[in-house]
Amino acid sequence: MIEFKDVSKIYHTRQNTINAVDHVSLKIQDSEIFGIVGYSGAGKSTLVRLINNLERPTSGSVYIDDVDMTTLNGKALRTMRQNIGMIFQHFNLLWSRTVRDNIELPLELKGLNKAQRQQKADELIDLVGLKGRETAYPSELSGGQKQRVGIARALANDPKILLCDEATSALDPATTEEVLELLLKINQQLHITMVVITHEMHVVRKICQNMAVMDTGKIVEQGAVLDIFRHPQADLTKEFVQEEVNPEKDDTKVIVSQLLEQVPDGLILKLTFHGEQAKLPIISEMLKRFPGIELNIIEGNIHQTQGGALGNLYLQLVGEQTLLTQGVAFLNTMRVDTEVIRNA
Amino acid sequence: MRDPNSFASYFNFAQVNWNNLWSATVETVWMTLLSLVFVFIFGIILGLLLFETTGKHTAGAVILNKLTAIFVNIFRSIPFIILIVLLIPLTKKMTGTIIGPRAAIPSLIISAAPFYARMVEIGFHEIDAGVIEAAEAMGASRLQIMWKVLIPESLPAIVSGITVTGISLIGYTAMAGVIGAGGLGNLAYQDGFQANQNAVTLTATVVILIVVFIFQAIGDFAVRKIDKRAIA
Ligand SMILES: Nc1ncnc2c1ncn2[C@@H]1O[C@H](COP(=O)(O)OP(=O)(O)OP(=O)(O)O)[C@@H](O)[C@H]1O
Ligand SMILES: [Mg+2]
Repeated sequence: MIEFKDVSKIYHTRQNTINAVDHVSLKIQDSEIFGIVGYSGAGKSTLVRLINNLERPTSGSVYIDDVDMTTLNGKALRTMRQNIGMIFQHFNLLWSRTVRDNIELPLELKGLNKAQRQQKADELIDLVGLKGRETAYPSELSGGQKQRVGIARALANDPKILLCDEATSALDPATTEEVLELLLKINQQLHITMVVITHEMHVVRKICQNMAVMDTGKIVEQGAVLDIFRHPQADLTKEFVQEEVNPEKDDTKVIVSQLLEQVPDGLILKLTFHGEQAKLPIISEMLKRFPGIELNIIEGNIHQTQGGALGNLYLQLVGEQTLLTQGVAFLNTMRVDTEVIRNA
Repeated sequence: MRDPNSFASYFNFAQVNWNNLWSATVETVWMTLLSLVFVFIFGIILGLLLFETTGKHTAGAVILNKLTAIFVNIFRSIPFIILIVLLIPLTKKMTGTIIGPRAAIPSLIISAAPFYARMVEIGFHEIDAGVIEAAEAMGASRLQIMWKVLIPESLPAIVSGITVTGISLIGYTAMAGVIGAGGLGNLAYQDGFQANQNAVTLTATVVILIVVFIFQAIGDFAVRKIDKRAIA
């Protein structure tokens, strides 16, 4: 387990002081993929670098399995760091080394002999799907391939923890998917705890079980990814979720307000489904029970998360007022999150 | 042909003693290479010292950085011809002589090493900080970072730096030759200028140029071979 206990990191520059990390407490469980989202400058990189002590906190402690990282120095710290892999936005490979030699670097640092290094590197090259490219130099690889080398290198010492700082931010959408799939596969095969830093909600939704949202050094919200997608609390979280779940919000807004004008006695509903509910015929059930209700579908979408499917449906119900109230009540008994939109 | 200063006198190659020319060339190359070996070693060590102590805030690092920087800046600024005179007593102690190629070596090293150290330091600063951070995150020690990251990742700068330094060392050996260190500079000055044999001076010049060009070509070739940053 990784645990932050009331950790702060303050930078003093000539002009001002910056609370890059501001009284953060956080627990990350073994074998999970934990996401941290926030806008640029929120302090995400600083937070993740506190884990392997590349930065030392101004106050507070960071524990890894009951070892206080902030107390480690010299050899003890270096040995501990060998158990923590790290991958970076810009890959940070050595241009002077081939794919194979880059992957072997952590093993060289540890003092393994040539045969041991080769065997491990072969395994990893297989795992990340770079067979045949062993002797290429980084300048001869695509971004996605470079990140695969970065991942293989980070896994060389069989770490218990993998830190990913914006690992997909320099990649195009298709390559991002591939790299995320690879991270998921590694998590499932090797049960490595992963801390994933990103400004893209999409990344969190795709691979994380739990997450935290960061804003100017503070954690403004944390919890299971599915819960946060369903019930975002903080304004910032709502913004992130909205962007990911319903990017054409403006379109929907326009349609909703038009419909509200045209049929003022109708009801606009936003239904949020998750997990198994997404598969139940809830809507047709309601229409069967209340034949007097007419229904228009305005907009709908469904997203896959690590906690299951998550869907949104915007509906317009038209009919007698009492009937509509009963319909909504019925939906509520089906434990679908129902929100009546009065004016968008 | 009678006038020793005529233009044609430059081409009176009968004046050239080819054996002397050959041994002078060997002396020049030998002085340059031998001092270059030491310049390389001291330059890398000083460069590492400068790089590692820059931007650190511990008292030791700050003092070390200042001392190294002062040493480097002073010796880089002293004109070579003055330095060689200044160092005559030291040279005599170290080599037992103040004439001949051996006597030139200490001055050559002391004047070129600081110059080279600055180039090495610049090479280190050009390395992406993220790469060094990646090595730190792997648990590399400072020494491992120097040996496995700093030096290999700045090798093109290190090699092109040593080429440039080598070429200015060839120039320095010629200057040292004038005050008795031997080599092509000495030949051009004594057998050429002082003996009014312009052809000797011209030949010595041409040979120096050839040595410089060969040096540059080897250096450029090595840099191209080493540098894997651009797609070949
Ligand atoms: N070494 C430093 N010295 C001074 N200020 C720093 C330093 N490192 C980070 N900061 C400041 O701390 C704040 C948080 O930076 P950090 O890099 O952690 O943000 P981030 O969330 O990772 O942003 P991004 O998404 O752009 O990478 C920023 O305001 C930054 O300017
Ligand atoms: Mg960052």
